[in-house]
Amino acid sequence: MTEKKQKDEREFAFDWGYTRKPVYGPEDVKHLDYQQEIGNPGEYPYVRANFPIMYRNRPILQRIYSGFLSGEDTNSRFKYLIDQGMRSLSIALDLPTQLGLDSDDPKGEDDVGRIGVAIDTLQDMEEILQGIDLGKVSTNITINALAPILLSMYVAVAEKQGVGRDKIACVVQNDILKEYVVRGAWIFPPIHGLKLTVDVIEYCAKELPRVSPVSVAAGHLRSSGATAAQELAWGFEIALTYLQTALERGLAIDEVAPFITYTFHNKLNFFEEAAKFRAARSIWAELMKERFGAANPKSLFTRIFSGGGMEELTIQEPINNIIRETLVALGVLLGGSQGMGLCCYDEAYTIPSPEAQLIQLRTGQILSEEAGIADVVDPLGGSYYVETLTTELEKAVLKIMDDIESSGGMLKAIEQGRIQRECAEGAYARQRRLDSGEQIWVGANKYAGKEKEWDVELHEYDPQIREKRIAKLEKVKSERDNGKVENCLKELKQSAEDNVNLVPPIMEAVKSYATIGEMTAVLKELYGEFKEPSIV
Amino acid sequence: MPTERPIRVLVGKPGLDGHDVGAKIVSRALRDAGMEVVYSGLHQKPDEIVATALQEDVDVIGLSILSGAHLPIAQKILQKLKEKGIDDVPIIIGGVVPKRDAAKLKEYGIAEVRGFGSSLDEIVETVSGLAKSRRAA
Repeated sequence: MTEKKQKDEREFAFDWGYTRKPVYGPEDVKHLDYQQEIGNPGEYPYVRANFPIMYRNRPILQRIYSGFLSGEDTNSRFKYLIDQGMRSLSIALDLPTQLGLDSDDPKGEDDVGRIGVAIDTLQDMEEILQGIDLGKVSTNITINALAPILLSMYVAVAEKQGVGRDKIACVVQNDILKEYVVRGAWIFPPIHGLKLTVDVIEYCAKELPRVSPVSVAAGHLRSSGATAAQELAWGFEIALTYLQTALERGLAIDEVAPFITYTFHNKLNFFEEAAKFRAARSIWAELMKERFGAANPKSLFTRIFSGGGMEELTIQEPINNIIRETLVALGVLLGGSQGMGLCCYDEAYTIPSPEAQLIQLRTGQILSEEAGIADVVDPLGGSYYVETLTTELEKAVLKIMDDIESSGGMLKAIEQGRIQRECAEGAYARQRRLDSGEQIWVGANKYAGKEKEWDVELHEYDPQIREKRIAKLEKVKSERDNGKVENCLKELKQSAEDNVNLVPPIMEAVKSYATIGEMTAVLKELYGEFKEPSIV
Repeated sequence: MPTERPIRVLVGKPGLDGHDVGAKIVSRALRDAGMEVVYSGLHQKPDEIVATALQEDVDVIGLSILSGAHLPIAQKILQKLKEKGIDDVPIIIGGVVPKRDAAKLKEYGIAEVRGFGSSLDEIVETVSGLAKSRRAA
C-alpha cells in the first residue's frame, strides 16, 4: 500500500451493512441481465422508473407542510403558497385533532393549535379550505388514527363546492401501523387501527378514484433510527399487512394495490437514496406480480413521495441546511420519485417562515426547471456503482422481509415491540456516532464555527387560542341539529358493532357537525385504547 | 459499607407529543451509565407523571417535550410535585426549548434544560450530578 494512510474501512460502510469499494467497474455488473433484471423505464420490473419519460410529462409534485393556529391562519398561508405556484396543499393538524380530542378536552389543553391547525368539526375544515377550488388542487392531510374522519370532512367540503367525486384529489397518510413504532399518534389497539386504515382504503378503492387512501410513511421509521434497508423492508411489510387485510375482505389485488403509495425519507447520500428507490420499485413490482398475481400495471408501481426527514438538519449554521436539502432533492429526482417534500432550512428550530418555504419550493424548481436534472430518466442507470448498490440493497431488504414474515408478520412484530426496539437501537447508535464525531455533521460536530449560536424559535403561539376555540365549538354545538348528531353517533356505534366499513356512517356524522371527540369517544368505548409495550 | 442503590430516573413524555426517539435514546444512555430508568410511555398527563415519580421513588425526573408546550406543562408538574410534598426531586427538561424559555423554566424551578444539540455524555453527567446533590442534601 503506497498510500500514506489507509482510511478506516468502517467509514465506507452503510448502516445496513454494505461496505463501499473505492471504485466500481464492469465486473461488478456483469452478472446483471438488462432486459430481465432492470428493463427500460416504464417496463417491468420498473427498476429505472414507473413511466417511460417520467418528469418530461409528469413534473414532480412539490408539497410544503403547513398548518397552524386556526383555520383562517392556515387558509391565508395556503393562498400565499398557491400564488407562488404550488399545485398542492398539505395540512398539518394539531395533536388533539390527531388524537381525537376536541379543543375543550382537558387532556389536550396545552396542545391546542400548537403544532398544526385545530379541527373540531366540519366547520373548521370549511374555513381552512375557504376560497380554494378543490377541483384544482390536491391536498395532503397528515392524519393516521382518524383518517376516516378527516377524509370525510375533506370530501364533504368538496361536495359542497360542487366538485364531483371523481375529481376530489387528496392523500390521507392513514398509515396507522408506523404510529405504534414512531410518532406515537395512536388511539386504539393496532388490530382496530388496522381495521380503520383498511376501511379507508376499501372505501376509496370503490368511491374516490383520485384519492390516495394510504401513504405508507416508512420515512418516519428512517428518521427515527431505521436504515435504508429497514425503511423499505418495514414499509413493505406494513403495506402488505394492509393489502392482505383488504384481500381478506374480498377485494381483488388490482382493486387495492394501485391505491397504495409510499412516503420515504432521504438522507444526503443521493447515490444510496437513488439506489433505494430503484430497489424499491423492483421489489414491490415482483411481489405484486409473482406473489399476488397482479395484472394491472398500476398495481405494480411503487408510487413514492419523498423528501427530507429533518433529523439531518443542524441548528448550527442553518443556512447550510439549504445545501443538505438540495442533496435530498437530488436523491428524489435521480431516484425517480413522484413527489417531493423538502424540509425548510429553519425547520430544525422553528415552524418554517414563508421565506424559508419559498427557498424550499425554489430548490426543486431550480433543479428540475433551471438545471435540467430531471430531463433524462434514471440518469444513474448503468453506473457500475449505483447498479451494484441497487442489487445489494435489494438483497438486504429481502432478508429483513423474510425474517419478519417467518416470525409471524409485521402486526405481531409491532404488537410485541420488536420493530420499536430495533428502531430505537438504530437511533441510539446514530446519536453515539454523532457524539463521537464518527458521523460527521459539518459546522456542528466538525469545523464548528465560532459565530453566533442560533436559538430555537417557536412559532408565535396564541395563548388565547383554546378559549377562542372552545367558544366556537360551543357555538357550533348550539346551532347544529343535535337530534341528528345523536342519531348519527348511534348509527356509527351500531356499524362499529356490526364490524362493517365505518367511512359511510362517519361521513354522515361529519356532515351533521358531530365533533371529532364525539365520534372518537364512540369508537374508544368499543375498541379501547392502546397500551404501549415496554421497550425501553 | 452499605452499597448505595443506583440512581433512579423517571423519563417522562408529558402532553400529546409522540416524538419519543429522544426520550428512548436518553433512557438507553442513562441505563448504560448504570442508572435505573422508568420510562412513562406516551401521552402522560402531569398528575400521571407525578404519581409515577412518587410511586417509583425516583431521584430525578427527566421530561422530553418537543411540541412547544414546555412552559405550561412544567408549571403544572412543579405545582403537583409541591402538592405531593416531593418538590425536592429535580427536573431536567429536554426537547425543543428556546433559550429564553430555558431561563423561564429555571425561574419556575426546573433544575436543568438540555435540549437539542446536547451530547449523551453531557446529559448523563447532568442527571448524575442532580441525583447526587439531592442525596447529599
